[in-house]
Amino acid sequence: MKAWRWLRENAVMIAGILALLYMLTPIFVIALFSFNDPTGRYNFEWVGFTTQYWAHPFAITELTDALLVSIRLAFFTAIGATILGTLIAIALVRYQFFGRRAANLLIVIPMATPEVVIGASLLSFFLTLDVFKLGFQTLLIAHIMFSVSFVVIVVRSRLIGFDRRLEEAAQDLGANALTTFRKVTLPLIAPGVVSAALLSFALSIDDFVISNFNSGSTVTFPLYIFGANQRGIPVQVNVIATMLFAVTVIAMLVVIIQQRRAEKASAMRPEEIANKPAMSLPV
Amino acid sequence: MTSVRRRLVPYGLLAPGLIWLIVFFVIPMYYMGELSLKTGTIETGYQMSWAFSNYTDAISQYSTQFFRAFYYAGVATVLCLLIGYPLAYAIAFKAGRWKNLMLFAVVAPFFTTYLIRTIAWKTILDDSSPAVSVLKTLHLVPQDGRVLATSAAVIAGLTYNFLPFMVLPLFAALERLDRRLLEAGKDLYASATQTFLKVTLPITMPGIVAGVLLTFIPAAGDYVNATFLGGTNQAMIGNVIQSKYLVVRDYSEAAALSFTLMAIILVALIIYIKFAGTGALMGDEEEAE
Repeated sequence: MKAWRWLRENAVMIAGILALLYMLTPIFVIALFSFNDPTGRYNFEWVGFTTQYWAHPFAITELTDALLVSIRLAFFTAIGATILGTLIAIALVRYQFFGRRAANLLIVIPMATPEVVIGASLLSFFLTLDVFKLGFQTLLIAHIMFSVSFVVIVVRSRLIGFDRRLEEAAQDLGANALTTFRKVTLPLIAPGVVSAALLSFALSIDDFVISNFNSGSTVTFPLYIFGANQRGIPVQVNVIATMLFAVTVIAMLVVIIQQRRAEKASAMRPEEIANKPAMSLPV
Repeated sequence: MTSVRRRLVPYGLLAPGLIWLIVFFVIPMYYMGELSLKTGTIETGYQMSWAFSNYTDAISQYSTQFFRAFYYAGVATVLCLLIGYPLAYAIAFKAGRWKNLMLFAVVAPFFTTYLIRTIAWKTILDDSSPAVSVLKTLHLVPQDGRVLATSAAVIAGLTYNFLPFMVLPLFAALERLDRRLLEAGKDLYASATQTFLKVTLPITMPGIVAGVLLTFIPAAGDYVNATFLGGTNQAMIGNVIQSKYLVVRDYSEAAALSFTLMAIILVALIIYIKFAGTGALMGDEEEAE
């Protein structure tokens, strides 16, 4: 009876944890199989434990090259999309102007379009026009295109919660528009801009579908994996995937821990202070 | 600053990004539409002939794959909602100090490449895997049966891959929920179920709409899951478009298929948003306009 009651009270949490296990199982499998020692070309069956692939993660030249192409592509995508998207976000939040709804629509529709349609239409465009050579440049064009909307959403949400009075104060103190932007606006929206840049980097490095249409003979990390699938995916792919995962997780954890510390160290909210009159004001 | 100059500022800020979107999103759509009405082959070139037969041919020939794509995406979306709602609810209301960690676990799959995650499911569902032998022992899968290359495998893969897109908007909606409303429900002697159905569910509807759209649209166009986890009988419309463009190179029919997919999704989107009554994809701020 007691067990039954406990189960009923915690049913939502149990369902949640089971769902999380479902989401994390493949990651565990990927990491586990980076230590596998497959006998054939296919790394689908557990054979035995080895660290030999971790010792030589970059032994396959094509794989390493593809990874470098992906990193370079993601880097330029992040820069391009972040600049274009941040400017749009500023215009949308700060200004009332004719055509605002149309601009909003143009930003939302690409996100509501299946990737296969975006890839196909871009390829139709590149083939008909015959100006762009399929390869790194068409990949960059496509990646910036599908990342811009996400940048706008992220930066806009940061700008909406922005205290305009800080800018007015700067201007009252004699700063011109550019100085105000550089010294007040940009530092305050910086966290939003940085997360938007990281998001577009992640979107770019992970993209397979749109890249598959527009890559020409250029091979990115996901395209390498797709090509290797027929002849057997080397264990190094698992090693590199696990490494990328570990690096991102560590970076995220550092950010979370720092935020916790900052929250603790920073001033309490006014209402909390009001409730605890005995405490001195933290500076 | 003069007022004319000031009025031009927003256009100056918008121009670079919007021109990029117009040149590389809107115009390509036009080119695809044009290509879908041409006839010809890659050797002889394509001529404009207003060949609407491309559409009727494509749709009648591939209606199975169209239907399958929407069926798989529909089932996966329902599963995502059934799995995702309790998870989002647990994170928003029950997790306490574990909230950040659980949220982190939801987005963790994004830190490994989409393709590799899908291939990991191939490993998990492989004929020789322990998971499949457990299913066989439980008689959930016949002794000589397989899990890979079935509809169930493709749907499981779609559900897995798009689950975070469901959980995140649901979580955002649940977290914004004013808890005093739940207390008010309780004070008025509503049971837990009644409070959920009459308060929580209606208030979080915008989150549900956003989650459903963000899951269903990419799932309907997906071909990665069907490629890796399905067999020849699980091909979705995305697989057909992909192979027509990149393997067979029958461009005009491929463009017709692609355009049809886009049109169906847009129509479904408009109907759904009208029905559910929210501009969910644009975020709450749009509704205020």
